Amino acid sequence: MITKKRYERPVIKKLESNMPNKFGTRTEYEPVLHLDDVPVKDLISKYGSPLFVVSERKIRKNYQAAKQAFETRYPRVQFAWSYKTNYLNAVCNIFHQEGSWAEVVSGFEYDKAINNGVPGNNIIFNGPDKTEQDLRKAITNNSLIHIDHLDELYMLQEIAKSTKQKPRVAIRVNMDTGIYPIWDRFGFNFENGQAWDALNKIMFSGTMELVGLHTHIGTFMLSPNAYAVAATKLANLAQRLQQKYDHEIKYIDMGGGFASRNTLKGAYLPGTDTNPSIDEFAEAITSALINSDFRPKNPPLLILETGRALIDDAAWLLGSVIANKRLADGRRSTIIDIGVNILFTAFWYAHKITPAQKFTSYTEETVIYGPLCMNIDIIRDNITLPLLNKGDQIVAHHVGAYNMTQWMQFITLRPKVVLIDQNSKVHVIRNNETLQNLMELEAVPTHLATFDL
Amino acid sequence: MNLKNNIAISDSGFVFNPASGESFSVNPIGLEMLNHIRQGQSIEEIVNSIEKDFQVEKSVIERDLHDFIDMMSQYHLIQNEEE
Ligand SMILES: Cc1ncc(COP(=O)(O)O)c(C=O)c1O
Repeated sequence: MITKKRYERPVIKKLESNMPNKFGTRTEYEPVLHLDDVPVKDLISKYGSPLFVVSERKIRKNYQAAKQAFETRYPRVQFAWSYKTNYLNAVCNIFHQEGSWAEVVSGFEYDKAINNGVPGNNIIFNGPDKTEQDLRKAITNNSLIHIDHLDELYMLQEIAKSTKQKPRVAIRVNMDTGIYPIWDRFGFNFENGQAWDALNKIMFSGTMELVGLHTHIGTFMLSPNAYAVAATKLANLAQRLQQKYDHEIKYIDMGGGFASRNTLKGAYLPGTDTNPSIDEFAEAITSALINSDFRPKNPPLLILETGRALIDDAAWLLGSVIANKRLADGRRSTIIDIGVNILFTAFWYAHKITPAQKFTSYTEETVIYGPLCMNIDIIRDNITLPLLNKGDQIVAHHVGAYNMTQWMQFITLRPKVVLIDQNSKVHVIRNNETLQNLMELEAVPTHLATFDL
Repeated sequence: MNLKNNIAISDSGFVFNPASGESFSVNPIGLEMLNHIRQGQSIEEIVNSIEKDFQVEKSVIERDLHDFIDMMSQYHLIQNEEE
């Protein structure tokens, strides 16, 4: 019997000697065959495609590195896991095991944290939408309530009076840190005096215990200096409270927002090379606090609500090639089973995509489309990849932040999420959706139950 | 379907068009197809001869070959009958 050679589709590529390759570096199409020692093809054959894969090892490593970056520079540091970034219980509990508190922005997230066993006094409750019921619960549990607007302040005051409980509160402060746009829709403004006014109202009312000052200046911030400016402004408010009321606040909460190592769309260089490291953010924040008027004997606790920078690179999304197509203008396009409905961050990031099997060194510029019948469903609008065939598998990198919370059930069902533990054992941490799951929520009125076609 | 005159093809898959000064690279399958085209073979003949040597279905080869020829005409390497 004659054994036939392996087939690869034909490709012709124009050589451009005078132009640097703007689209993708060599490493981008190096195949990635294993994730934390587990073969990609085994994961897909056992759990299906697409599939989210989370690395426990990487989460713990990221957390410990971030903690060390701050603790070597400042004596009292506390992280609070930003639930909205990824609130799968298994993921939250890794952070809680490492010592993180919980940072939540809704009654749903609050209940999730309680359900995970987080003590009430270790939950930070942020956000503009806290119902009266949410607030009562948070007060009873002694949680840290970060006030967003005056209506909330007055509501808290009333609850406090009627229940004779003393809520532990902070205010969220927004400010000009030199970066634009300024996020002025959350909290009280520093420059126009709203923040100072809110603090005076709290101090004068006497019904609440003012324990902290909070800010969250933006997300995917690329400027450590903006954090130095923010920390200095919060320290300034703390100093004024000290002077006017002899009141010491217990913590400064700098929020989240550090850029992860992803590459923003349109960026010329990969984020792994250009984005500031956690150490640079830590240096900016802690220097600003140390150089302020806090006395070393009693410095406030520094709280960080870091989200994406701790988890983005700790998860991957595996997928498969559905088809290849030539577009009218000659470009090649590849359709994969990962759409923007599950890879929401494809709108902002040029996610690194690598093949999950070995290839020859021939490559082609390709557009990567998702499977949705929608024009917006573009995963990468220009990437250099080897000659993928139908059925080949790919790995999308750095997908840990916001995808497993902002994904939507649209056109397709959401896939499984697995966790690879520190011994490379694989656990399903969220099952795939089924038609049954979704139908349970629906009801059809009897007059619509049948039809004749 | 004719490859344009004096297009140079090396054994390693380097293709040079002296008329435009442009150069290209093709992978081994592409090189094989290119050589068949140069010999003036028909689509059917090319598909048959590739199918003999490689582990692949004829329909796949035919689809890829048409795509490959399209790309070659976009790069002005192939002359259509009427030109
Ligand atoms: C109040 C608050 N804290 C923390 C975070 C986490 O931000 P990031 O994931 O950018 O670190 C957010 C996210 O928007 C937030 O709104």
